[in-house]
Order: sequence, then structure tokens, then C-alpha cells
Amino acid sequence: MNPTTTTTAPAATARPAAAARRPGAALLKSTLREYGMLLSLVAIMLFFQAMTGGTLLQPLNLTNLVLQNSYIVIMALGMLLVIVAGHIDLSVGSVCGFVGALAAVLMVGHGWHFVPATLVCLAVGGAIGAAQGVFVAHFRIPSFIVTLAGMLVFKGLALALLNGQSIGPFPVEFQKLSSGFIPDPFQGDETRWSSLLLGAVAAALMVGSGLRERAARRRHGMEGEPLAFFVVRNAVFAAILLALCGLLATYKGLPNVMIVMALLMVAYDFVTQHSTLGRRLYALGGNEKAARLSGIRTERLAFLAFVNMGVLAALAGLVFAARLNTATPKAGLGFELDVIAACFIGGASASGGVGKVMGAVIGAFVMGVMNNGMSILGIGIDYQQVIKGLVLLAAVFVDVYQKNK
Amino acid sequence: MNDPILEMRGIGKAFPGVRALDDVNLVVREGEIHALVGENGAGKSTLMKVLSGVYPHPDYEGRIVFRGRECRFGGIADSEREGIIIIHQELALVPLLSIAENIFLGHEQRRAGALPGVIDWHATHARTEALLRKVGLAQSPATRVTDLGVGQQQLVEIAKALAKEVRLLILDEPTASLNETDSDALLALLLDLKAHGITCILISHKLGEIARVADSITVLRDGRTVETLDGRAGPVSEDRIIRGMVGREMADRYPRRTPKIGEAVFEVRDWRVSHPVHAGREVVHGVNLTLHRGEIVGIAGLMGAGRTELAMSLFGRSYGQRFSGRVLKHGREIDVSTVERAVAQGIAYVTEDRKGLGLVLEQSIAFNTTLANLPGVSRHGVIDAGREHAVATEYRRRLATRCSGVDQVVVNLSGGNQQKVVLGKWLFAGPEWLILDEPTRGIDVGAKFEIYQLVAQLADEGRCILVISSEMPELLGLCDRIHVMNEGAFVAEFAAAEASQEKIMRAIVRQAA
Repeated sequence: MNPTTTTTAPAATARPAAAARRPGAALLKSTLREYGMLLSLVAIMLFFQAMTGGTLLQPLNLTNLVLQNSYIVIMALGMLLVIVAGHIDLSVGSVCGFVGALAAVLMVGHGWHFVPATLVCLAVGGAIGAAQGVFVAHFRIPSFIVTLAGMLVFKGLALALLNGQSIGPFPVEFQKLSSGFIPDPFQGDETRWSSLLLGAVAAALMVGSGLRERAARRRHGMEGEPLAFFVVRNAVFAAILLALCGLLATYKGLPNVMIVMALLMVAYDFVTQHSTLGRRLYALGGNEKAARLSGIRTERLAFLAFVNMGVLAALAGLVFAARLNTATPKAGLGFELDVIAACFIGGASASGGVGKVMGAVIGAFVMGVMNNGMSILGIGIDYQQVIKGLVLLAAVFVDVYQKNK
Repeated sequence: MNDPILEMRGIGKAFPGVRALDDVNLVVREGEIHALVGENGAGKSTLMKVLSGVYPHPDYEGRIVFRGRECRFGGIADSEREGIIIIHQELALVPLLSIAENIFLGHEQRRAGALPGVIDWHATHARTEALLRKVGLAQSPATRVTDLGVGQQQLVEIAKALAKEVRLLILDEPTASLNETDSDALLALLLDLKAHGITCILISHKLGEIARVADSITVLRDGRTVETLDGRAGPVSEDRIIRGMVGREMADRYPRRTPKIGEAVFEVRDWRVSHPVHAGREVVHGVNLTLHRGEIVGIAGLMGAGRTELAMSLFGRSYGQRFSGRVLKHGREIDVSTVERAVAQGIAYVTEDRKGLGLVLEQSIAFNTTLANLPGVSRHGVIDAGREHAVATEYRRRLATRCSGVDQVVVNLSGGNQQKVVLGKWLFAGPEWLILDEPTRGIDVGAKFEIYQLVAQLADEGRCILVISSEMPELLGLCDRIHVMNEGAFVAEFAAAEASQEKIMRAIVRQAA
């Protein structure tokens, strides 16, 4: 076509060719990058398993671990979307506490049935998110400031709603949200077979969808991972899933809130990775101006991220209140820090546009396992915070360092 | 005959995929004004970045000898210590600080005997006043830089250089965004500095200016030195400079095509745009524009003439909200009030700022290719990854984008290939009217030709094309019809056959006067 075309082409294609020569090394590198945080979580779990003499993975403790972290995970899903959009939400802890208080006033104070009360609480959460979202998206006030204000406002409103006192207990059906387990029609005496069965079904679905995606990639002539790698990866994940469900099955089975959490995780992962909505969110966070000039309604998208965050914060507030079986003025205190830390440990970028749902979930469990393990070891709350802070810094440092290399 | 103050010998510099400089030689004599000319992408700015240490030793080949000593600059600080100061086209002033604060930024005036870090404001203002007198700027040292015009900011930059005991002053297109009066004042200042023994390298596209003030002219082409002309005996003619710059037949640089121009498709009527912040300031005054099927229309003009503002306001009010006028498609008025609606009406705008406004840099080629038309690769809001991959691969092939695959992140691509990704994005949106704003800015010669070919092909497919460019040869080579825009209005219109660089320039200057 043109002389310069031919002269520059070899220089441009030289690098990929060199990379293709050692596919094993490149694959290992990309695998480490993609699953690095998951491997760290496994390492942390093994460390505490050894240090606590096997207490960490005992079925009772594992159940507690899930229950203790469920509300953080639920909020981390929403926070990830907010952070990917290039914003931050500092108000989630306060909103969480406020909605718990509202639920107590409705159900305990006014004797509402738990279903309408739950729906009203979720709607209020959405409205709070919408109110903050309007200021952030349409009036262009930095989200840090809007949600800092929200943090104070809803902390205060929770106090006012409760008159500074704790309210409880909640109706038994509502408590089931956090303290209930899925029913076991098989009536197994030692093992809850329904929980194990559910684990097996989930593992099968995971492998099945993996196979389908693999087939689709091949059909479109896209490069996929080597077959051996695919088999090993799926086998490991399925084994972990089954082992987890198996352990929980020997106690009381899968907690209800774990099912809620798992469904939300899968749904949010799908939305962020496979939907146009998720794609536009990444574009907004990556380059807002380019996104707007591509016809994306960036304001509406940022607004929706905050509405979603409000609903999930409300859900987390309900889960937390149900778990404590009372609404206290101190509920939700400092949750926002754990939630935000979970997202950043999980690889989200503070400048937006980067981050994955599963990363945030893993980040939440890294924090959760450390809380739990250090408590078992009897480390005081003082040094627990120091260690958590250092882990957050280390995780983000490694992430940034890798990218700059 | 003065001795050389600067000798650059055998300078070479390569970027991934592009050799920007190859065996470039530049000799500047003490106390002269040395002009550096060449087309965009010829390597002028790269050469100056090597000289000023932006590309530090040893990231380049060759030797730099300054005042008789070989220099190996590790950064801008090193070259500034030697008295080499570069003033970039994008001025590096802090807008909200005062003139005085800007001039002494980084080497603040300290009070004798005071604690370190305590600024002596009296000395700062006194010295600033003296410097401003020297550059002929009648402003108080306390004026904020944001309140100055571009020409005055340029003078502040020069004052800042003088404050640093400059020996060699490099100006990168200092007059590109100045009007005639400000340009003349600046050139007079350069001659005055020369009389005071300051050597100057002047990068400029305005050959008339160069002929007036330059003592020597070095011509670069495609990253090589072509020749150095001597201007002391008498002014070098512009034609002589152009011959060196172009060095080949113009016809080779643009694809040949026989335009097949059809009926009028889009019409813009009495389009007026106001500045988004300063409500009273109109930046586009009642423009009328008609685009025919298969026609390439160009808009010529200087920077700041209102061309980008015109294009962006037509594309879904992307430039502010204050505008009036009508856009017609096949004679019927259409709604272009949001980007979404403009895209739905078949309009696409390829921005001049591909990194800032065109691409999501940290994402893949595929991600960027489908961004403006996600419904085209999805069903019920779910993206079909396979279809997306196929689409991205197809546009990669069609545009000959050089990359390892469509999963490659665009930040690593060269400018030309990034531009192809932006073009691919808008082609996938299926536009009937494609607006190209500076489509070849900062792109190497080979990629330019490919983009010209593509534009010609798109016109032949029956689309309307509007090209905004500051490179007049590009407009003359590519367009069928050229509008000349100046200070927010269309001031002349030429058919391609009767247009020339001189005619366009005259149209601009006549208005400015």
C-alpha cells in the first residue's frame, strides 16, 4: 500500500511473537496477576488455620465467618460499582445503622409484619442513595463531600430514631434472615444433605457455564486458555466449593444469608462483566469525557450507582440488625472503612474504571479472615487495626508496583 | 562569524514502532535566531525534547555539545542549569498564581538571613517589574495569569526564562495561537533579545515570520536533517523552505479520487454558540454549512478560530449548552441536543484530543471499538463477547491497526494506531456524517496516508465528511470544498480546484486586520 507500512510492521509485531515463544511463562504470569489476591486469601487462611491449631476452619467458626462478613460483602458489591464509576461512598456505615434502626421502629415499635417493613427499608435505602446521587451526578459536588455529609446526617438520624437506646428483639421470622439455615428435608442426623447437594449443583453450574463460554470463544476463533489449565482451574474451584459446603453441612448447613450473598455475587459479577450497563460503568470511570462523547449518559449512570449502593447498604443494615437481634445506635459504625478497604484490596483503582466484583468479595474475606483469626489468637483490637491497615497498604502497593513495572 | 554555541551530532531516537529521529545534525551559532522547520511529525519537537533532557541520556543516540562541552542531560533540571530553556506550545504556567509567583516558581527569591523557605516579596515584585519591562508587558506583577491573554502569557513565559539567566531560548510555535499584532510584538522581542546576546531556536510553521527574523534555517523531514539554509545574506524565500520541507510531489501524499458528489444531506442554519462560562461571549457567529453525499468538506483556520467549538456543539451540545440554530437532514429539522440523539441521527465526531476525549486508555481495543454502539454487539443488554471480538477484529483488519490483538490495551499503541481505534469506534456506529477534528495530529507520515485513503473511501461510500485541520496542505489534498473560519465565522469558501494556501491565508489575515 505504502512503503512506510511495510517498514514499520515488523517492529510492531516483533513483541507479541517473542511473547508467544514462551506461552507457559506468560500464562503463569497472567494467572498470578488474575488470581494473586485469591492465592493470598488462601495463604492467609492456611496461616491462621495453622496458628489457631485448626480452629479457623472448624464448621462452627466457618459459619460464624460467613455470618460476620455477609453485610460487608453485600455492601462491597455496591461500593465496587461506585468506585469503578470513579466515586466513593463514605455514608454506607451510617445508612446501614439508620436502616437497622428504622426496621426496629417499624417492626418492634409499630408491630409491622417483616415483609412490608423490609420492603420499606430497602426503598428508603434507595431513596437515600438517590438523594446523594443527585448531588454527585447532577450538581457535580465531589462524592467524598456529599457522602461525608450523609455519614453525619444518617448517624445522627439513627440516634434520633432510637432515642439513644437499643430496640429489640425482632420477630422470629425476621431473625431468620441472618440466623436461619436452609431447610433440610433429608433429616440427616450428622450431615445436612441439602446443603451439600446445593454445593454440588453450584459447582456443576460453574463448570457448565465455563464449558459453554469456552465453546463460544472457540466458535468465534478467540484465543482461550489451554485445556489442561481450564480443567485444573475448574477442578480446584469445584473442590473448594464442595469442601466449603461439606464443612458447613456438618454444622447447621448453609446459612440463609449466604444464599442471598452468593446470588448477589453472581448477579453483580454478570452485570459488570457481561452487560452493556456494566461496560458503560467501566467507560465512565476510565474516561468520563470519552464516555459522554460516545453517547453514554454518564450522569444517569453515576446516579444509578448511588441508588444501588443505598439499597445494598439498607439490605446490609437489615442483615446486621437481624444478626444482633436488636438495633443499636452504634450499629454500622466504621463499616464504610471495611467496605472500601475490601474493594481496594480486591484490586479496584481509586481513580476509577478498574476493579472486579469477585475481587471486592475476596478483599472482604481477606479482612474478615484476619479479624476472625486474630480474635481467636487473642490479639487485642489495638494491634488488629494496625495489622489490617498495613495489609491494606501492602495489597495496594503490590498492585500499583506490578502495574508500573 | 560567531562560534557555535550548540552542536547536536548524529541524533537518533526511536519509539516502539516508529523511528522519530535518524542522524539529525543541528548547529546553532552564538547570538543567532535559528529556525527549525518541518511538517508536523518531522521530528522538531522530539529533537527539542532530546536537547532539553525530557528524553534523558542515554535514551537517544548521538552527541550534544553545548558551549564547547559535551552534555548528557538526565532531565530538564540539568539543561536549565546550563541555561537551555524551552517554552512549550502548551504553556506551563499555573493559572491561579500571580505573574510574579509564576516567574519565580521553583527558584523563589529568599530574604537574606531569613529562615529557608521564607519568600522575599519585595525582591520578587521588584525583579518581576524589571523583567516585565524588558519583555514589554504592561501588567502588575500581582495579576493572576488566568486573567491574561495567550499572547501576554507567552511574554510571561519569556520573562520566566530571562529570570533564569537563559543562554539558549527555545520557542515551540510561539505564535501559533497569537493574532498578528501580538505575533509582531513577540518577534520584535526576539530580535531585541538577540541584540542582548541571547541565542534562540524558533520552531514555527509560519514561514513568513521565519524569513523575517531567522539567521539560519534548519529543515527536518521524516526525522532527518534535510539542509541548513543561511538567512543572513538576504531573506530565504518561502518557496525555497517549502521545497526542503516537502521534498517530493504533493500528489503522492494524498489518495487520488474522483469525487461523486450527490444531493445535500445535512444542512446547518445560522448556528450560534456561546462560551459555556462567559455567557456574553459568542464563539461561533451564525454559521451556515451544507454537506452533500460523498463530499469531503474542510474547515481551515487558526487555533482558536471556533472550529472545534462548532463541531462539538453540533455533536450533542458537547460544547456548553448555550447555542441556537437549526440542523436539517434531508430538509427536515433534527434533534441533536444530546450525543445519544446526534449519534442516532447518524452524526459521529472524531475528536482532536484522542487521549483525553476519544479513548478509555486503560481498556482494550475491543472495548473502545464497540463503546459508541454497544447495542450492536448485545442482546437484551447482555454483551455477546464473541460478536464483540469479531467486530473489533474486522475493524482492526480494515484499518490495518498494528497491534498484538484486539485484547491489547490501547494506552500502549502508537498515536496513529490509537487514532485508528477511535476511527473504528465511530465507523462501527455507522455514521452518515463523519466529523474529523485534526484527524492526523501527531501521527507519522505512513499512518497519515492510510487515514487519508480511508477518508476518501468513506466519502466514496456516500457519507458526508467534514474535516477540521490546521494543516493546510492536508485540506488542499483531501477536500472537495474548503470553508475558511476565523474568529467564529466562515469568512471564505473555495472549491478545491481554486483554493491555495496563499488564498486561505489571505482570507484569514484580511479578516484579522
